[in-house]
Amino acid sequence: MSHALEIKGLSKTYGDGFAALKGIDLTVAEGDFFALLGPNGAGKSTTLGIVCSLVNKSGGAVKVFGHDIDTDLSAAKMHLGVVPQEFNFNQFEKVFDIVTTQAGYYGIPLKQAAASAEKYLKKLGLWDKRDTPARMLSGGMKRRLMIARALVHEPGLLILDEPTAGVDIELRRSMWTFLEEMNRQGTTIILTTHYLEEAEALCRNIAIIDHGRIIKHTSKRELLQQLNLQTFVLDTESPLSSAPVLEGFATRLGDEGALEVDVEKSQSLNDVFVQLEREGVRVQSMRTKANRLEELFIRMVEENAREKLEEAV
Amino acid sequence: MTPRAMAVAFSTIVVREVRRFTRIWAQTLLPPAVTMTLYFIIFGNLIGSRIGEMGGFDYMSYIVPGLIMMSVITNSYANVVSSFFSMKFQRSIEELLVSPVPNWVILAGYVAGGMARGLSIGVIVTLLSLAFTQLQIHHLPVMVLTVILTSALFALGGFINAMLATKFDDISIVPTFVLTPLTYLGGVFYSIQLLPEFWQAVSMANPILYMVNAFRYGILGVSDVNVVVALGMILVFISVLSAVALVMLKRGKGIRH
Repeated sequence: MSHALEIKGLSKTYGDGFAALKGIDLTVAEGDFFALLGPNGAGKSTTLGIVCSLVNKSGGAVKVFGHDIDTDLSAAKMHLGVVPQEFNFNQFEKVFDIVTTQAGYYGIPLKQAAASAEKYLKKLGLWDKRDTPARMLSGGMKRRLMIARALVHEPGLLILDEPTAGVDIELRRSMWTFLEEMNRQGTTIILTTHYLEEAEALCRNIAIIDHGRIIKHTSKRELLQQLNLQTFVLDTESPLSSAPVLEGFATRLGDEGALEVDVEKSQSLNDVFVQLEREGVRVQSMRTKANRLEELFIRMVEENAREKLEEAV
Repeated sequence: MTPRAMAVAFSTIVVREVRRFTRIWAQTLLPPAVTMTLYFIIFGNLIGSRIGEMGGFDYMSYIVPGLIMMSVITNSYANVVSSFFSMKFQRSIEELLVSPVPNWVILAGYVAGGMARGLSIGVIVTLLSLAFTQLQIHHLPVMVLTVILTSALFALGGFINAMLATKFDDISIVPTFVLTPLTYLGGVFYSIQLLPEFWQAVSMANPILYMVNAFRYGILGVSDVNVVVALGMILVFISVLSAVALVMLKRGKGIRH
């Protein structure tokens, strides 16, 4: 299988001596929908910044569709579309001009650029705003404008850094649908996000980065299989003064007095209810405590932090 | 990138720059026209009539080439320094950095944009001067070559200033404390023959003196300096500043971490 992105031994040390990346390896297959996750300051944006030529690397190699950014940067850039975390267009320019100007930077003649701009502005619901200065757009529209701008030269690899940050739920869902469609049509997509449900809903493969190192690089399915424990939150009819002891299950009282029960994959929920019935506890409603991927993510980052602490000691 | 694609990228940058300074014409095109008209009225007409001749010409005719050159220099510089620094400040420079445009095309595009504004102002000021004096052209190729090369040189200077600048204050330091004094002392309003010998020698170290005089030679046929030396010096400065700007772009000075 050919790779849309290959990163080998990538390192970055900033001028102040901070080592943001400590030799990471990463591959993203062509056609993949890939999530790069990690806590703030883990190295996500630095990694993507190097791939997009916004950050100078200290060491290692990066290839985009086989084109090395050290020896064949121009070809590598032709395959890349970038949607950054922060708005980075001229706020005084009109929407249409921003998109066609970007196409011009890729050497696309104006007539062809105008047609491509129209296509993506229409797809992203911005065509009616084409003559509006960018500063007059809402936050969600500005995000969509950056996506249209990134796609105007039809890149094979689309990189999105926190694409739905600050976007309302309805718009987020419509952006998901759009990105899924782009991916179905063959565009490889890499995104970073703080909304782990976004990664869980969209991505097939995931890497987790922490303290400048990749701590997990696998498929979403495999990652979720590692999750053999799920916490259920039970709202009881009468308030509980203490958590009932259930054989084989860990229990505790959570926020607002709700009962939390840890259930392993091999265990049955029926056993929980049978024992609760026996204790005279009646359950009114039930929900899972957290998003599955979020739980795994937090656990992995915490484990990584613990290991680091042990190494230091 | 193919040469054709590079040509498209170059023209995209130039068109964007021209669109920018024409969109804000009240800040870019109008002020120099007003300022230079005041210079023509006050220095040329009111005071100039009492000064008499300079270099064999009436004072108004003598200062017109210098004032045109002063407008070209300040506006070529100002356009690039403000436009490129604004792009850094708004981070829209990233649009260029992620694209495959080669560094030399980026530099050429911005310099051409700066020249477009500088030369537009030069034409406006020239047309305005016709209301006050009659312009003769002594040597058209020297005049055109001097104004084009000078405009390119100061657009390059503006580009380097913008790359080094980290805050808005930094883009006004050079125009205020370097360009303006050098221009005023660069023979715009007087011939250095009027100065004592020592100050004549000091003035010869001012590069703007050469540009103003070469341009004046093109229009009036008189100059305090050798025109060939002046043109050669401008070309050397252009080569050096181009090399500096390209090295800075390659290293990502001020634009990449």
